Amino acid sequence: MTAKPVPVPTPETQPFWDGCAAGELRIQRCSDCGRPYFYPRPVCPACGSRNVRWFTASGRATLYSYVITHRPAPGFEDEVPYAIAVVQLEEGPRMMTNIVGLPATPQALELDMPLQVRFEQRGEVSLPVFGPAGELAARDRAAR
Amino acid sequence: MSGGKGVIIAGAAETDQIGRLPSHSALQLHVEGALNAVADAGLSLRDIDGIATVAAPGPVQVAHALGITPRWIDGTGVGGSSFLLHVRHAVAAIRACYASTILITHGESGRSRVGVTPSRQAPSSPPGQFEAPYGTSGPITTFTIPALRYMKEYGLTHEQLAYVAVAQRRWAERNPRAAFRGPITVDDVLASRMVAYPFHLLECCLVTDGGGALVVAAADRAAQFPKPAVHILGTGESSETPMISQMADFTQSQAFRRAGEAAFAEAGITVADVDHLMIYDAFAHVPIYGLEALGFVGKGEAGAFIADGNTEPGGSLPLNTNGGGLSYTHTGMYGMFAIQEGVRQLRGEAAAQAGDPQISVVLGNGGMFATAGVLVLGRQPR
Repeated sequence: MTAKPVPVPTPETQPFWDGCAAGELRIQRCSDCGRPYFYPRPVCPACGSRNVRWFTASGRATLYSYVITHRPAPGFEDEVPYAIAVVQLEEGPRMMTNIVGLPATPQALELDMPLQVRFEQRGEVSLPVFGPAGELAARDRAAR
Repeated sequence: MSGGKGVIIAGAAETDQIGRLPSHSALQLHVEGALNAVADAGLSLRDIDGIATVAAPGPVQVAHALGITPRWIDGTGVGGSSFLLHVRHAVAAIRACYASTILITHGESGRSRVGVTPSRQAPSSPPGQFEAPYGTSGPITTFTIPALRYMKEYGLTHEQLAYVAVAQRRWAERNPRAAFRGPITVDDVLASRMVAYPFHLLECCLVTDGGGALVVAAADRAAQFPKPAVHILGTGESSETPMISQMADFTQSQAFRRAGEAAFAEAGITVADVDHLMIYDAFAHVPIYGLEALGFVGKGEAGAFIADGNTEPGGSLPLNTNGGGLSYTHTGMYGMFAIQEGVRQLRGEAAAQAGDPQISVVLGNGGMFATAGVLVLGRQPR
């Protein structure tokens, strides 16, 4: 079976992937107009400023939209059906992801439901995925 | 219309056959479409001095295969909308006297994959880093993602989405060249195999082989061509995002809207002037987004507008009258076929002729709501 695709960082995206490896969702914010953005690039897409910096996002997000695919990409043969989702981060930017810890059904995946980032190892890269926020909160409470 | 002389589509034709053509390479489909379009314009290949198409095979290969020596080349490759952009760029080139007779070709062995250059997304590209790792596999898993958001925001029902396929099948029933011609119901669509929820198989386009081409020339030459001139009254192009996840608002296409506004403004028309409409339909939600982006209906109204029968035979706004990508054909970059049907309708030679249209609008999509081209075509010059 073909392996799942592994992202190959470029110099401008390396800090994002370094963040993931450290268990943090690091994205960028423009220091001039203040707008946070994703995907990583060295210029603010809102105002064109090069005065941008990295910060660690909360990892909290909501489910913006998704499909549940029955046609697997190479490497995903054992996982169909699976959800390919776009989540909206608490800070505003959106990103594609997979939803973990929930059945891939329309009943389980309600738009705008709260989600929390977690990280999955994929080759040498740590990949951000999202699961139910409540479950994580409960786990945190149990840990305390 | 903005400054500059009038420009027309003087020749238009598809390949002899469309569908499943394992005996044709992608290049051969370009060649066959080109020869048919040049003949349709009553010209010979020697008359062509400009070439536009998408790589691969691209304009150099196609020109060489046909023995054309171009003095103007356009290789704009932005997906299925590319051919609409080529028309727009050809208008500018003819006004600038960079070329006099421009050939725009499409050929794609989408189904049989004969003579096709494999396209692989680099794992270091933005989509390779930020989308592919999540198991995307082509448009069926990406172009479709915005739909659920639209359904939640505007109450579009599964039945209304399914009805888009039903309405277009009613046109395809009248078109002997359409791949799927048997009548279908909403129940049939909803009972078809789930491909990528909320999309069933019949809400997804075909995958076929085929091609087509256009010859574009100055309007003052119209009398020398055998077919009625189709005047290019207005054009627009735009882009939004290379990744579906970065589409600004999942309920509307900014690229569709901007390209439409430019084309309508140049033509000096409003939606009330439009007699016939083609909207790229790789999936059933795309005509809904297109109708709203062009201003034919308000936000959230397109699903009900189609379900009420307005776009099907006998309706007020004939839409996708060849049967569209859902029922007619879809090679991968469908835009050429949408233009061809607009031309046929204005010439009065369509298989499912929708009355006597004076103005046809064609909206082409590229990628996953990535790019858009819009053409306003007319029987008469402005």
